[in-house]
Amino acid sequence: MGSDTLIDANWLDYLLVAIYFGFVLGIGVMARRSVSDSIDFFLSGRSLPAWVTGLAFISANLGAVEIMGMSANGAEIGLPTVHYFWVGAVPAMLFLGVVMMPFYYGSKVRSVPEFMLRRFGTGAHLVNAISFAVAQLLIAGVNLALLAGIVSALLGWPIWIALIVAGVIVLSYITLGGLSAAIYNEVLQFFVIVAALAPLTLIGLNRVGGWDGLTDKITAAADGAPVDAGVPPAEQQLESWPGQALAGFDSELLSVIGIVFGLGFVLSFGYWTTNFVEVQRAMASNSISAARRTPIIGAFPKMFVPFIVIVPGMISAVLVAEMVELKNGGTPSGGAAGDVTYNDALLLLMRDVLPNGLLGLAIAGLLAAFMAGMAANISAFNTVFSYDLWQRYIRKDHDDDYYLRVGRLATVAATVIAIFTAQIALGYDNVMNYLQTLFGFFNAPLFATFILGMFWKRMTPTAGWVGLVFGTLSAVAVDRLAAAGVFELPGQGVAFLAASTAFVVDIVLSVLVTLVTKPKPASELKGLVWSETPREDLVDPDEAAMPWYQRTIPLAGVALAMVIVLNVAF
Amino acid sequence: MSSDTTAGQSGTSARKAGAFDVRNIIGALMGVYGVILVLAGLLGEHEPEKTGGVNANLWTGLALLAVAAVFFGWARWRPIVVPADPDRPDDDPTRPAPRRKRPPAH
Repeated sequence: MGSDTLIDANWLDYLLVAIYFGFVLGIGVMARRSVSDSIDFFLSGRSLPAWVTGLAFISANLGAVEIMGMSANGAEIGLPTVHYFWVGAVPAMLFLGVVMMPFYYGSKVRSVPEFMLRRFGTGAHLVNAISFAVAQLLIAGVNLALLAGIVSALLGWPIWIALIVAGVIVLSYITLGGLSAAIYNEVLQFFVIVAALAPLTLIGLNRVGGWDGLTDKITAAADGAPVDAGVPPAEQQLESWPGQALAGFDSELLSVIGIVFGLGFVLSFGYWTTNFVEVQRAMASNSISAARRTPIIGAFPKMFVPFIVIVPGMISAVLVAEMVELKNGGTPSGGAAGDVTYNDALLLLMRDVLPNGLLGLAIAGLLAAFMAGMAANISAFNTVFSYDLWQRYIRKDHDDDYYLRVGRLATVAATVIAIFTAQIALGYDNVMNYLQTLFGFFNAPLFATFILGMFWKRMTPTAGWVGLVFGTLSAVAVDRLAAAGVFELPGQGVAFLAASTAFVVDIVLSVLVTLVTKPKPASELKGLVWSETPREDLVDPDEAAMPWYQRTIPLAGVALAMVIVLNVAF
Repeated sequence: MSSDTTAGQSGTSARKAGAFDVRNIIGALMGVYGVILVLAGLLGEHEPEKTGGVNANLWTGLALLAVAAVFFGWARWRPIVVPADPDRPDDDPTRPAPRRKRPPAH
């Protein structure tokens, strides 16, 4: 059996995986039995040290997208992938901390649908709740597909059996209480992933002869690749700007605009500022100033994550035989889900360079990330389905136990549905393309409605739902037109274009509809619209007395300066 | 480090987070992994053809032990103080799990 599996794990590797799950589930059990006040203290999340909430904040996102998506992208197009971090995530996290967080914290909004309900009423709430629930099911499918890929690579089972097994694993993780020790899990997960990926990167660099060896090999591979394989020229793979390989435009200017507006502004700001799965980590802080610092502190480790996810992808593309063949236009067999795709870049590199032992550490990190990622999607779906949809629109006024039972059924149903949505994800040979497409459908219009609704008090309830509906539909239309071959953009260009279209359509329609419909009275908008919220609700009076490294703005300034240096250096 | 359990029974004053301080948990996991990897590096197969000649298990294990020591040291040097009566976390409806041994807040 050992020889026909993609990854040759032995008892030592399984031991390391088992230890991780022992830790995570053990803390979960102790938390529910309330064996120690200390656990309650950490899980209630108040007055936690900022580095803990900051790490939990990025760890909640360091899952499938980051690890597999970014390494797949690194293998396919090289260094321009860093824009997801240095133009996308980090500035967006700083914006969240400096501008948006005081507002969220002050208004005590706990979820996106809740904001929609209070700002725009039921129309926008219903649209947003349905679209959020669908998005969670689709993204859960991505996590499940990647998890199944690992199961299949380890055990050599066909992908559809692996999908079911992976679904059962996630369900038992949820049922055993894997989510009840959240803060501990997230922080542990961060360290396990770094402990696995940092050696992988260093050993990989050692094998290819250091950074110089890597650039030489990428240059040689790009020069030697057949023209019809569509490999970006070496200078585009090794320099982050202007990033034509990522944006898909031939023109340097259009490429920069596409990256800054499409990826940086619409997709990343949309993702980070409306993603309450993450925002809630910061909302748990004990002061407005700590809540603002959470994403900013998270931004510091975040800017160095590309070195351990993108660089291994680039190494894999020149070191692993199957990846070299794939990049030259071949269709090597033997990937986690049938033929090798870019999504396999990291798994194949692990197979080739990690000895047993370190291999187990890496498997533990990946399993943890995808499982926690999918569990988070499922639980987000569960909340929105049971409370925002079922309780509000279908069966009102039942007791708490009733909604808990509905929630449990929703959890099982969501896992089953994810097995099917995983099939869609498996159809993409670079999962990053799919994820960015989804974010364009769901997050871009949401961000537009959010930001307009927060800063423009006249925006009407009708405009709220009309903008959302047509923003999403326009993004889907752009994606389908591209799929039908009406126009063609390589890289993630289609996703950037779809997101930008959704954003613009949403803004334009919202403004037009607002002009002909009736706004809400200003008295109902306190805490929801910038101009109607008292300034003192938005600042922490104690912050001025703290040293500079505990204040929001100086800290954000340092992070911004560092990320600009990184942009210039690469 | 387990003195917090006895102090917990009196329940009158603030005390250190002790063994369940998240830094000690990180230190414990990294430490266990470090020991296993160092042993694997010393006793197991080298597999130098994979790593390019480096004993990767041994070096990673040593690095993890160093990380573990830093976290244990940090937790000792600057203990987190838990208030006498910390907020009990609610059963978070967004995180489905077996219920705690008390009714949820909502």
